[in-house]
This record gives sequence, C-alpha cells and structure tokens, in this order.
Amino acid sequence: MSTATGALSLNLRVVHSLGMRSIRQTFRRPQLMAPIVLIPTLLLAIQTGGAGSAVNLPGFPPVQSFLQFMLAGAMMQALMLAGNSGGIAMAVDIEMGFTDRLFAAPISRFTVVLGRLAGTAALGLFSALWFLAIGLAFGAKIESGVAGALIAIVLVTASALAVGGIGAAIALRTGTASVVQGLFPLIFVVLFLSSSFFPQELMIEPAKTIAAYNPVSFIVDGIRGPMISGIAGSDLLAAVLAIGALIALGLWASARALRHRLRVG
Amino acid sequence: MPAIVVEGLERAFDDVLAVQGVDLEVDEGEIYGFLGPNGAGKTTTVRMLTTLLLPGGGRAAVAGHDVVHEARAVRASIGVALQEAALDPLMTGRELIRLQATLHGIPNAEGKRRASDLLERVDLAAAADRRVGTYSGGMQRRLDLAAALVHEPRVLFLDEPTTGLDPVSRKTIWEEVRALNDEGTTVFLTTQYLEEADRLADNVGIIDRGTIVAEGTPESLKADIGSPHVQLQLAEGSIAEAEDLCGQIGRLLPPADARTVLVEVENGAADIPRVVRALDEAGIEVASLELVKPTLDDVFVAKTGHHLEQEDPGTEEQERAGA
Repeated sequence: MSTATGALSLNLRVVHSLGMRSIRQTFRRPQLMAPIVLIPTLLLAIQTGGAGSAVNLPGFPPVQSFLQFMLAGAMMQALMLAGNSGGIAMAVDIEMGFTDRLFAAPISRFTVVLGRLAGTAALGLFSALWFLAIGLAFGAKIESGVAGALIAIVLVTASALAVGGIGAAIALRTGTASVVQGLFPLIFVVLFLSSSFFPQELMIEPAKTIAAYNPVSFIVDGIRGPMISGIAGSDLLAAVLAIGALIALGLWASARALRHRLRVG
Repeated sequence: MPAIVVEGLERAFDDVLAVQGVDLEVDEGEIYGFLGPNGAGKTTTVRMLTTLLLPGGGRAAVAGHDVVHEARAVRASIGVALQEAALDPLMTGRELIRLQATLHGIPNAEGKRRASDLLERVDLAAAADRRVGTYSGGMQRRLDLAAALVHEPRVLFLDEPTTGLDPVSRKTIWEEVRALNDEGTTVFLTTQYLEEADRLADNVGIIDRGTIVAEGTPESLKADIGSPHVQLQLAEGSIAEAEDLCGQIGRLLPPADARTVLVEVENGAADIPRVVRALDEAGIEVASLELVKPTLDDVFVAKTGHHLEQEDPGTEEQERAGA
C-alpha cells in the first residue's frame, strides 16, 4: 500500500470512528437528541392538528393532506437542529479539551471536522427515515413513490452535513458551546422565513421575498416536490445547488476556523 | 540522540510572554520533571512540544523531528496526557482506548487487544465498559495514561498527571510512570508538586515566569544551595555550650529561637551520632533532634525569591496571559 493510500485509509477509518462516536454521543445525551426528534415531531403534530384546514386556502399547492405538505418542513427543521447540535457537541469537545486529544494524533486535523460532519449527516439520515415513517404511519402518501422517498433521504442527509459544516465552523471559531447554542432561535427565524412551514405564494412581504432567496426554501422545495407531486428536475437541481453551496461554505469556513484555532492554541 | 531538544522557545499571548527563551535537553530513557507554579509556562511549553500550539520563536525537536515542520512525525512518536484528563464522559473506557488506537492507525483487532491489555495494566478492566463519567478522578487519570500508551510512544508527555488526586491515586500514577520509564519510555512530566519531581525525575527543570531558572538532578540542585543541617531543641543545659560543641562538628547557622541550635553538617545523617555523643558527654539534654535536608522548594526560593505555591491548577499561564 502506498503512503498516500495508507494515509487516506487511516483518515477514512478515523472519520468513521469519530462519526460513530458522534452518533453514540447524541443517543446517550438526551438534550442533544431532543431537538432532532422530539421538537420537530411535536411541532409537526401541533401544526398538522391545528392548521390542517390551511390546505383549503386559495393558492395552497394541491396536496393530499397538510401532513403530506409539512413532512419536508419537519425534516428541514430536524436537520438544521441536528447541524446545530453537532456544532454544540464540537464546542463542548473544545471546552473540555477532547479536541486536543484528537489534534495530538498523527492524522489530518480536518478529519476531526469530517468525523463530526459524518455523524451529523447520519443523524440527518435518521431524521429523514423517522419523518417518512411517521408520515406513512399517519396516512401521508409519497406521490413519486420509492424514488421520491430516496431523493428526500439523500437531500436531507446532505443538507444535515451542510448545516453541520456551518455549526462546526462557528464552534471552532468561538470554542464556546453557549455561542453555538445561541443560534437556536436564529434557526427558527430562518425556517419561518422560508417555505418550510408555509407556501411562499401565501406569504406576505417582506417574508415572501426573503423566502424566495432563502437557500432553505430551495432545499425544502426539493425535498417536498417528490412527496406532494412528482420529481421536477428544476426544483431538484435548485436544491442540489443550494446544498452544494452550503456544503462548500461550511467546509471553507470550518477549514479557516480550524487554522485559526490551531494558530491561537 | 536526545529525545527532546529545545532552543530559545518562545510564545506570547497578546502582550504577555508566557514562555521566554526556554532551552532544555532530555535524554532518551530519562524522566524529566518540569517544575513550576501555576502560570509559570509549563503547559504552554508542553503544548508547543506536542504540536498543539505553534511556537512564537525558537525551535524544538521531539524524537528527532521538528515540532513545526515535521509535526505529524512528532505526533506519531509521542503519547500525551494533558492536564485534567480530557475525557468524554459519555464514552466507556474501552471505547476511548479503541478510538485512540484508531487515531494512531492501529488495526481494529490489534486495537481491541491493546485496549484490553492496557485497561488490565491500569487496573480498570472491571470498569472498562462503564461510562467515563462514572469514574473517580484517579480512575480517569489512569485511563488517560492508558490511552496515551496505546501506540507505545517513544516519548510520553504528562501534564500535571496527579494534580487534584488523593495520595493513594497519586502513588499509583507514580508507580506506573516509573514502570513505563523502566521499559524505556522517555517521560516529560510537568508538575507543581515538589515531592513528585523529587521522587520521579532524573533531571528537573525549574520554570518561573516563562524562564528556566535552574536545571539538574534533584540532588545536584539541592546540593548547590547547601548541605543538610541538624536542628536541635534543648530541654536542659547551656545553649552556649551546645553551640560550642556543635560548632566543632559543623557550621553553626542562625537559630530560630533561644532553645534551638542549627548546625550544618557535611555528611548529613552520618554526622548525627557525633552530635548526640558530644552533647550527651556534656550532660546537655536534647528534647528533639531532626536532620533537615534542602528541598526543591529551597532551590526554588533560592532561585526565584518566592515559594512554589500550589494553587488551582485550572488557571495556568493562559489565564495570566488573559487568553
């Protein structure tokens, strides 16, 4: 095995191990698990129970039920909170010195970030499966079938990785869990100023314009499309581009923040 | 080849120089005690030597590799147990050591075997599958030490490994460090405990305010500041006569009170029978007699003008630096 192949293989093993640790950490710490599953599930139940007749509003897209419409929003909420939780967990690692243990090993230090992101992506996958299961259990139909479900799963997983990258960057830059935790309300602002919980067409200004340019809207529309109607190439492409841009932004910001952290110690 | 070579190492945090021109050399197979109070620059030095912090100036090589330009080779050669055992309370002891094995590229099966061996070695086999958060402070330090050993490092850095531990746990760690050294591992140990440096280290570097103020074996450092002295407390008899007799055996030192005689003796304990015999023959009754040897604290005081205080280890020099 060449040196380069050996190094790649080692770093992949490390990413896998750190990703597994991240997943175990979330399942073992209820306060990290709650935002990913409990809060979005409760909100989904409250919204579908209380605002179900919104589907009859003029301009609301044709859907089987409000639950069918809301599933994508719940997934989006869960993945954003998973990304934030990943950032919090990374900041806790920095605060307690655990990242020093990782940085003192003969590996590429960026694998420490990638390991955390792998775990966050896996939690995104879990939340996609969770909400698909809930939707199907309560009678929501996935209009484009298995292909649509797979598209939703892939988009949610990749989006969790993207948001996790931004969370990791903030954690590395600040090294303080409370700062990352402070982003929690901002996540809801970003969600409500997108098409996550309500169709853009029915929003009023300036929220409507903000939602039109909010990358979260592109992503959530890409997830929702195959569920409520069919697979539309343009929506899917927009979602993929938005996710790609966010992943690039998250990785770039994380790399910069990592360099800063290693410089200042 | 020395295991660690440091020349003019410097590091500042904002305007505060935490480490200023440290030079030291640690031979292969040696235990080097880096002794100093909180805020002296110990942890900053260790962080630079373990590649966790870039030096601001000077150079350092560990296991023959430059800490800046060959950082990954340095990290492959060293084991690190940093201050206050940085452990994830949600992991089990076994998970932590297996993760550490993966970080060092040890194959899964081998990592599993080494984890079991090391947990056995540090007497944590029974607690191996319990979460670290349930461990006592001593158990956490032993686990941290075991994790640092998983890849059999040439050089082991221990940053205040016993700070905050009870005497029994402290002794266990000392025994383990001594055993590792006997197996050939070079140990760089920072401590604020005089006894720890005295009992474990082959060589001691005393650091204060970012500068090494004294270096040598504990014995040579203590010898440099004077011989041991006998401290006598008289019960009966003339103090003047006692001083006269003791003055014939060694050099008299200024006494602390009117019934005490202090006499510096060149041969230490070997001179005590002479002192006792002389006083007994003169009919002078002694209430207490003690041989007082110079300590590393005396060395510290002689070199810095103040005592080595033992404060909260959590503060360290970064607080001094405001970082």
